[in-house]
Amino acid sequence: MISEEEIRKLKKCAIRIRKHIVTMTGLAKSGHPGGSLSAADILTVLFFKKMRLKPEDPQWKERDIFILSKGHASPVLYAALAEAGFFPVEELKDFRKLRSHLQGHPDRLMTPGVEMSTGSLGQGLSVANGVALAFKLDKSPRKVYVLIGDGELQEGQIWEAAMTASHYKLDNLTAIIDYNGLQIDGPVSNVKEVAPVVEKWKAFGWETREINGHDYYQIIEALEWADSVKGKPAVIIAHTVKGKGISFMEGKVKFHGVPPSEEEMKAALKELEEQEKEIENEGV
Amino acid sequence: MKEFEYRHLRDAYGEVLLELGEKYRDMVVLDADLSSSTRTARFGAKFPERFFNVGVSEQDLMSTAAGLAIGGKRPVVSTFAIFATGRAWEQIRQSIAYANVNVKIVASHGGVTVGEDGATHQMLEDFAIMRVLPNMRVLCPADYYETKVVVRKAFETEGPVYIRLSRAKFPVIFDEKHDFEIGRAQIIREGKDLTAVGVGITVYGLLQAAEELEKDGISIEIINSPSIKPLDGETIKKSAEKTGKVFTVEEHSVIGGLGSAIAEYLSQHYPVKMKIHGMKDVFGRSGTAMELLSYYKLDPTGIKEEILKFLESS
Repeated sequence: MISEEEIRKLKKCAIRIRKHIVTMTGLAKSGHPGGSLSAADILTVLFFKKMRLKPEDPQWKERDIFILSKGHASPVLYAALAEAGFFPVEELKDFRKLRSHLQGHPDRLMTPGVEMSTGSLGQGLSVANGVALAFKLDKSPRKVYVLIGDGELQEGQIWEAAMTASHYKLDNLTAIIDYNGLQIDGPVSNVKEVAPVVEKWKAFGWETREINGHDYYQIIEALEWADSVKGKPAVIIAHTVKGKGISFMEGKVKFHGVPPSEEEMKAALKELEEQEKEIENEGV
Repeated sequence: MKEFEYRHLRDAYGEVLLELGEKYRDMVVLDADLSSSTRTARFGAKFPERFFNVGVSEQDLMSTAAGLAIGGKRPVVSTFAIFATGRAWEQIRQSIAYANVNVKIVASHGGVTVGEDGATHQMLEDFAIMRVLPNMRVLCPADYYETKVVVRKAFETEGPVYIRLSRAKFPVIFDEKHDFEIGRAQIIREGKDLTAVGVGITVYGLLQAAEELEKDGISIEIINSPSIKPLDGETIKKSAEKTGKVFTVEEHSVIGGLGSAIAEYLSQHYPVKMKIHGMKDVFGRSGTAMELLSYYKLDPTGIKEEILKFLESS
């Protein structure tokens, strides 16, 4: 059982990550804050509780692998990697700038801790399958995690890969769907409905679990459940809120690919400061 | 004309896979439901735990191979050239070339010699669309023996490589002593009136055409250029300095292939009169492999005609 103190630590870490997301995209005047904020709690649990990693040795032979299939959420990945110590936090301010190693979309050759270059949607699950197959061949206990967007489920390759994963019984692979319900052109249900998501994955031979993707107990428990699934791949359908954590960004399509303005950035950081204080007070 | 033995390039590939599989335990092979045609099935039978058939899903095939490379394996991926480079081009671009992972793509069924299946299955643009990708090397052997050494050398070279093989049996023009290096072309016949550069089946066509042309007193220097990228521009340039004229021929579109690569090089280093022969911006059609080579003037007779036309006009 996880302690309340540990949950508070994770929540504070997620707030730092959200601050980085707002600042990075604000300073870059570009990037994708909405879908980064929706995934912040999931990545916090993965990078600061779940995965076996050695930030001081990014190529450590026993590390778990995380692949951000929805590569446009690079700010949340970079923020998590910097907070974990893969590279200095100060470098985040150069996100998307010429000569920075922090490309608009993740680049495995440039950024320590980025396992795969992604950005063109639909490819991350296939890549994750390949890594999981390699680990199976090696009889390695290493695990593979892949985060997929809900709009991304419209890519045909996701379903090719879904079949491959169940065919090869990749129980060392966990997929997480960041189901925030919004894509660039509007609500996913309007653009092209992806529901029923749970039934689709079940039909493709996966074990499924639905959670609130901002509830730490549920995220942690679901990842433990995924470890217990044998002979099948596991998918966690995480219901999330786009822009989560910043009142005026929550549920707004606009913030999929539009960064906060200078005023919005200040207001967002203020909100996050207040949330930080609240968590500290809880602990007293 | 001389009699030649005909053998499948893909048979050579299947045999080399077994040899490499024995030697390299981290080698894995992937296919997309064409393993009997591509000849990866033999590897699959011998090393079932290291063979992955992902079914009819070429996009998944390429990205899965990239993942296996990330996971520390050395993947070799096969399907038909049209599906490998056409259907899955963007997966190759993002997950293999941009990510610069150690994946070898060995595609069978390149060119018009696919034959009866017709235009939908005849890949005529693969050199162009693979060559344009940074980090990607593009190779195409001319016969059974060259296939063996090309596949071996490619496998033992780190990074992405695309190799085009064919469905039809090709005349055997080399022997088991034949050697090859990535980035090297070979002068396989010396001459003084014209430099003729070929790749794949057209190297045989050039050899035969040159024999005939010699009877008319025309001396052709033939360069075999299995390494389309990196191109051995220096060897071609030296020959061009001697002959003053360059003819290229390939079982590929005249746009973007070997001829284009040579034109890009020579126009910047030694501008010289050139003729690029190949598929003239058209799709193929059904017919036997040999009928199609003749129809598109890629057989010895057709190549000879095209060379004569070029020599007359220049």
